[in-house]
Amino acid sequence: MTVRIVDRRQDSRNKSSINRGRFIRRFKGQIRQAVADAIAKRGIRDLESGEKIGIPGRDISEPQFHHGQGGVRERVHPGNDRFAQGDEMSRPPSGGQGQGSGKASPDGEGMDDFVFTLTRDEFLDIFFDELALPNLVKRQLARIDEFKRMRAGYTQNGVPTNINLVRTMRGAAGRRVAIGGPYAARLRRLQAELESALDQVPPDAEEVDRLQREIACLKAQREAIPFIDPFDLRYSNRIRVPQPSTQAVMFCLMDVSGSMDEGKKQMAKRFFMLLYLFLNRNYEHIEVVFIRHHTSAEEVDEDNFFHSRETGGTIVSSALKLMVQIISERYSSHAWNIYGAQASDGDNWNDDSPVCRKLLAESILPLVQYFAYIEITEGEPQNLWHEYQALAGSQGGLFAQQRIAGPADIYPVFRELFRKRLV
Amino acid sequence: MTKKRSQLIAEGSDWTLEAIAKYDAEIGRIARNYGLDCYRHQLEIITAEQMMDAYAAIGMPVYYHHWSFGKHFLETENRYKRGQMGLAYEIVINSDPCIAYLMEENTLTMQALVIAHAAYGHNSFFKGNHMFKQWTSADAIVDYLVFARNYIAECEERHGVDAVESLIDACHALSNLGVDRYKRSPPLSLLKEKARQQEREAYLQAQVNDLWRTLPRRDLVVEEAEERRFPAEPEENLLYFVEKNAPLLEPWQREVIRIVRKIGQYFYPQRQTQVMNEGWATFWHYTLLNTLYDEGKVNDGFMLEFLQSHTNVIYQPPYNSNWYSGINPYALGFAMWQDIRRICERPDDEDREWFPDIAGSDWRETFDFAMRNFKDESFIAQYLSPRLMREFRLFAVLDDDSKPNLKVDAIHNTQGYRTLRQKLAEQYNLGSSDPNIQVWNVDLRGDRALTLRHFAHQRRPLADSSLVVLEHMASLWGFNVRLEHQALNGDWVLLAERKTERRRRA
Repeated sequence: MTVRIVDRRQDSRNKSSINRGRFIRRFKGQIRQAVADAIAKRGIRDLESGEKIGIPGRDISEPQFHHGQGGVRERVHPGNDRFAQGDEMSRPPSGGQGQGSGKASPDGEGMDDFVFTLTRDEFLDIFFDELALPNLVKRQLARIDEFKRMRAGYTQNGVPTNINLVRTMRGAAGRRVAIGGPYAARLRRLQAELESALDQVPPDAEEVDRLQREIACLKAQREAIPFIDPFDLRYSNRIRVPQPSTQAVMFCLMDVSGSMDEGKKQMAKRFFMLLYLFLNRNYEHIEVVFIRHHTSAEEVDEDNFFHSRETGGTIVSSALKLMVQIISERYSSHAWNIYGAQASDGDNWNDDSPVCRKLLAESILPLVQYFAYIEITEGEPQNLWHEYQALAGSQGGLFAQQRIAGPADIYPVFRELFRKRLV
Repeated sequence: MTKKRSQLIAEGSDWTLEAIAKYDAEIGRIARNYGLDCYRHQLEIITAEQMMDAYAAIGMPVYYHHWSFGKHFLETENRYKRGQMGLAYEIVINSDPCIAYLMEENTLTMQALVIAHAAYGHNSFFKGNHMFKQWTSADAIVDYLVFARNYIAECEERHGVDAVESLIDACHALSNLGVDRYKRSPPLSLLKEKARQQEREAYLQAQVNDLWRTLPRRDLVVEEAEERRFPAEPEENLLYFVEKNAPLLEPWQREVIRIVRKIGQYFYPQRQTQVMNEGWATFWHYTLLNTLYDEGKVNDGFMLEFLQSHTNVIYQPPYNSNWYSGINPYALGFAMWQDIRRICERPDDEDREWFPDIAGSDWRETFDFAMRNFKDESFIAQYLSPRLMREFRLFAVLDDDSKPNLKVDAIHNTQGYRTLRQKLAEQYNLGSSDPNIQVWNVDLRGDRALTLRHFAHQRRPLADSSLVVLEHMASLWGFNVRLEHQALNGDWVLLAERKTERRRRA
């Protein structure tokens, strides 16, 4: 009798993923909050990993009828090393049901944070959800597939437009040589015999005649070899290869004057993250330049960009000027795809806004692939907005602006950009 | 040594399917020699992830979907990945054929251990013990689980995931009070379930209408009817009561409640025989593998690896250790079965005095009797010997919240043995560890409120989470639910009430 052994290792991989999905669905609120906290802590380039999420234990407990503390309890314990019958001892302070000496329960039951790790996909899913991305875009971003068609040798079948003449003729010539070879050898031999027959005095007429007929016959056979045969046809072959092989630079411009509070900066951060994510799908190498400005602009690292606070007025053009300068110094070659993203609360020194528009229209937009501006404000549009309005009309596909109150408003800024990539 | 080597079943620590089959054949042969009566069994090789998955679904090969299983999975995965716990080496399912899972990470020795422990130890216990015989039908459980999963998936499609989820939440909250303790539930069978399900839906709905039938006749009813309680006798199976009597539930909701209830019932014997069952399986893997060693079928390396994990499993930390978390059922169970064998084979005077029936008897017969006819509570009350109490150095502590101090009631000495044994047995009595809450009355003529009564045991109050559970009860019942308990003077007082604003959906 042999036992039945079943190898289940290949079955039902990820069987748990449904229950896991249910869990995430159920605690979407808490998880969303945790993701928001995580985004605040993350670098904008750090979107490739999952995230550890903590949910308060009480939220996910599964209640049942239980006895609480109190009443009369009797427990039997092992390992008696000091007690005799009738011994009394004071209750352990923790309120546990146990013994006199130092057994404190290490943690309260079930009330710790429930910690688990979201996968990258789940993390992005929630991130996208908040940004209200259309599904098509979500799929586009989460997927890594940008293809380029490139040559890959030759094939024997294809469409007529792809026929490669040189290859075809070379093949045909080779075939003719190969097939005609034996004929040529015999022909040369016969030719030699004919000459020797003709050299004889008197010529052997009968022999000459036979040789000449044979030569004619061979020549006819050799001529019958087709000049070109369907077999010779060669077509250029092209295949699709994944291709994220260019480089891009992304400029993040942000107003850090006193009126930009922490909430607005977090919103701006999502805006930059989304652009980064988009670029990341399309370019192999991305550099990010952070420019912050109030009355004057400076290039800073990411940490300073999001976390330091300045006060004072606002001159937006200073940042644009710095951007132009950095482009000409470091990213002037055509190898760089340049993207600009500007976030501000719209406040600008009045005389400066026309300057900004001019700078954008003349110096920046001709150089960049896309420039997006968000104004994070709930009130009336500010003067910069009005100035930029003109650009949005004239520079269609290149420039986009949006006024933002919540994260879901961010996506429309990029709508044009994503649409372009999706077709 | 060189001669013995030729008899070895297999060598090395990596397992192959052939080696597992050979071990199984050998272990099976020895088990039959010992007279173990088992279901047929099937070994399934699974990955660690699948093992965690099975954990989350309380060991079941198929199970319906619910977020709480996702939570348990994440919990297990986290702890496993952080190295805080090893996975159980085995999970075994009480079904016919009995299914034992072998994890692919295990070494060959561990696989042999699991086969002996699960496929022969637990398996024979499932087949023989009266609790399992009475409460579960091994031949039908897998079919029933398939039925349950498909049915619930269908409900999700028809009524939405949220509706089903909150229903199952409520059922889970009440599941430990959703078992029948005293009467046998009818056997589960896929065919019968399917055939009867339609019939049951119609019938149940008709039954429920009885609750309402009294309404139009209101003016005719005389006072004595006011006295009549519904149900006539208190009902301790809350889920059962709700399934049969909640007025507003849809037929599919009753069916889902029934599914959770049935599956809960299926696990009821496991909760009551933990010490016996684990001890039994541990005893048999120990005995079977030692016999293999005596026959020269396995080498010293095998035994060292086996003993290392065996001793880990049966370690009992003392009460003042950091690792102490109650009595280890493996340790107590294994020690008791070993001790019973000792009493049979090498009794001393104390044993003859305490266990005159079994001292010196045939150990296999005694084992068989004990395995078949007891559960933890009675098993301990019957077989825990003074010698074992001394070995474990057991002592009982009384915690009475009306007294300022804890008191040691009994220790492992002559005066204490009986008390100690009785108290330890009581500790395994589910009847006193689960709160006793019963359906007392439904206000048929008034607001249809349901009254539950908590019969306190040893003055133990209910934990705060009870209020949340009451919420779930109210959502199932569809009307107000009250929870009463008995005050010190004997009066019944209202402990909590949950109001429901539920309207029947059009």
